[in-house]
Amino acid sequence: MSLKDKLVSSHIVFQDSLDPDSPIYDVRGNAIKTFEVEGFPTKKEEAWKYTSLNSILKENYNIFSTKKSSLDFKDVERYFINDIDTYNIVFVDGIFNAHLSSTTHDGIDVCTMNSALTKPKYKQVIDVYFNKIAKEKSLTSLNTAYTKEGAYVYIPKGKVVNKPIQIIHFATGSEEATLFQPRNLIVVEENSEVQIIERHQSLSDTAVFTNSVTEIYAGKRAMIDYYKIQNDKLNASLVDTTEIEQHRESVVSVHTFSLGGNITRNNLNYYQKGEYMDSILKGITLIGGKQHVDHNTLVHHIEPNCESHQDYKGIFAGSSTGVFNGKVVVEKEAQKTNAYQSNNNILIDDKATINSKPQLEIFADDVRCSHGCTIGQLDESALFYLQSRGIAKKEARALLMYAFANTVLSSVKIPQLKQRITKLIAKKIGVSIGFEL
Amino acid sequence: MLTVKNLHAGIEEKDILKGINLEIKAGEVHAIMGPNGSGKSTLASVIAGKEEYEVTDGDIALNGASILEMDTEERAHKGVFLSFQYPVEIPGVSVTNFIKTAINQNRKAKGLEDMPASDMLKMIREKSELLEIDRKFLSRSLNVGFSGGEKKRNEIFQMAMLEPKLAILDETDSGLDIDALRIVANGVNKLRSEDNAVLVITHYQRLLDYIVPDVVHVLMDGKIVKTGGKELAHELEEKGYDWLKEEVNA
Repeated sequence: MSLKDKLVSSHIVFQDSLDPDSPIYDVRGNAIKTFEVEGFPTKKEEAWKYTSLNSILKENYNIFSTKKSSLDFKDVERYFINDIDTYNIVFVDGIFNAHLSSTTHDGIDVCTMNSALTKPKYKQVIDVYFNKIAKEKSLTSLNTAYTKEGAYVYIPKGKVVNKPIQIIHFATGSEEATLFQPRNLIVVEENSEVQIIERHQSLSDTAVFTNSVTEIYAGKRAMIDYYKIQNDKLNASLVDTTEIEQHRESVVSVHTFSLGGNITRNNLNYYQKGEYMDSILKGITLIGGKQHVDHNTLVHHIEPNCESHQDYKGIFAGSSTGVFNGKVVVEKEAQKTNAYQSNNNILIDDKATINSKPQLEIFADDVRCSHGCTIGQLDESALFYLQSRGIAKKEARALLMYAFANTVLSSVKIPQLKQRITKLIAKKIGVSIGFEL
Repeated sequence: MLTVKNLHAGIEEKDILKGINLEIKAGEVHAIMGPNGSGKSTLASVIAGKEEYEVTDGDIALNGASILEMDTEERAHKGVFLSFQYPVEIPGVSVTNFIKTAINQNRKAKGLEDMPASDMLKMIREKSELLEIDRKFLSRSLNVGFSGGEKKRNEIFQMAMLEPKLAILDETDSGLDIDALRIVANGVNKLRSEDNAVLVITHYQRLLDYIVPDVVHVLMDGKIVKTGGKELAHELEEKGYDWLKEEVNA
């Protein structure tokens, strides 16, 4: 049986295992119908032209993990940003782990989707926001159909959350190949601020496929900084869909650091509903071997006087492949839009590939939109300069790669996170050089 | 200190250096002058080990041992320093971090531990004062947005920190106003000793008023066509290079 057939036929069993009075019972039921019609994306679709999921869809995945695995904090501590105080929402094999987590209901809600879906006091928020920003489409519909667990963050009006929230999904591999489908909902009301760090981490060599969907709602003047650390093992693949609705004067940034994993596809979509707001999309991709990272972004400028800034840097070694497909739509009403997009890439080895495709659809006439894409090698004269100072070639290359990626790191607002990413980059490049920030 | 013997080098089949002979002793300052395109910067790059140049004949030796087979960084570890005509910009890496990395990489090559942070700071303070560099400058990204004068001062600051045996100054005077020239030259002069040597590459005589050479060579079409004392520089300044061309062709 194909994975699609298995998912479609197992859905009734899945629904039956859950509360039939759930506020999203029908939503799930409709979503599986959409998935049944659409199936998994194929390379025939323009948006998936350069990314094929075929190799990972062949696995016989366990599709609803129920096995409860325990983890000791000391064994997974290194995956946390642990030198600062944070709220933590931690899942082990798709199941919430209270022991590793630190949640709250003190003025804000930092907890799980499962409790938000089952407790009456959250019903109103779920009714208003759940599955309202995400667009029904193959993998997103599949995720919706199987929504059960994930992170739930609700920040009411006028709250500045004083510490970052970490959302971490561990896969222990104690079962066979597993499909995980976390569903996150982040609602930040007027004048509120929050910082979120998200990570998916496999702990064994068993195949993992994660189809994650996150909906983010930013109310008026809300400020959200979202950081995605993608440094998973090579047995793990990820399709990460993030759908963001922004309102007047809000600022939402998403930084994606793609270093690990087998196949990683990021769908990052911004819908601007209001004036004077800023959408910030940044990414560093640093991969080698046979890794594949695809950034598919959309910024939909609907109203006037808004900005968007996209800055994606990619370094590709071995026979790795990268994709950048960045779409900016400026509607006729969205005058005075400033939309910037840049995608710069360095190919380290002859067999590495990058497909970079900026798409601008502009219907307004008084706008400033720019896009630029570069693909090159490390600058030989810069390398000579560093070597002439006694810096070994390997370190010199690392320093240049670091310098290249640095414009993306400079906007990371959590210093400890910035340091961690720098270390991950240094480790990935294979140097022990003392980068200081 | 430096012995260059019958050096032939070029790039992509094109010969640029056509048999250079040069002997620089410890404690000496040599100047190489010559018109544009004569091969001055190529000579500097070849001594420092730039990969894109191919040495087709001859040898370069430092204290009697050939350095031709060495990588650029190994030559640096042996004490070769090149002050660049066009220093490269490296965003995100501060001057301080860059020089720390360079120093510790040099120490590592010699089997030494990293320099203790307090020693490093003290040295940075001393050497930056020598070149009248202020602290703010040191935390800026390397060469990014630096003026011509700042770039050259930064080069000599690095030289001061790395304490090379052989310093090659490639067109260090270009893009400098008179004050910056004085500061840079003063820095170089203070670093001179009986144990090191300086090779100044320049188009004009101007810098040589401040860094006074023991020997002046004239490079033309890949060959040293004349060698003399410091007065040769003045003669070139007055008469240009044309008379020499005629002399060579005659």
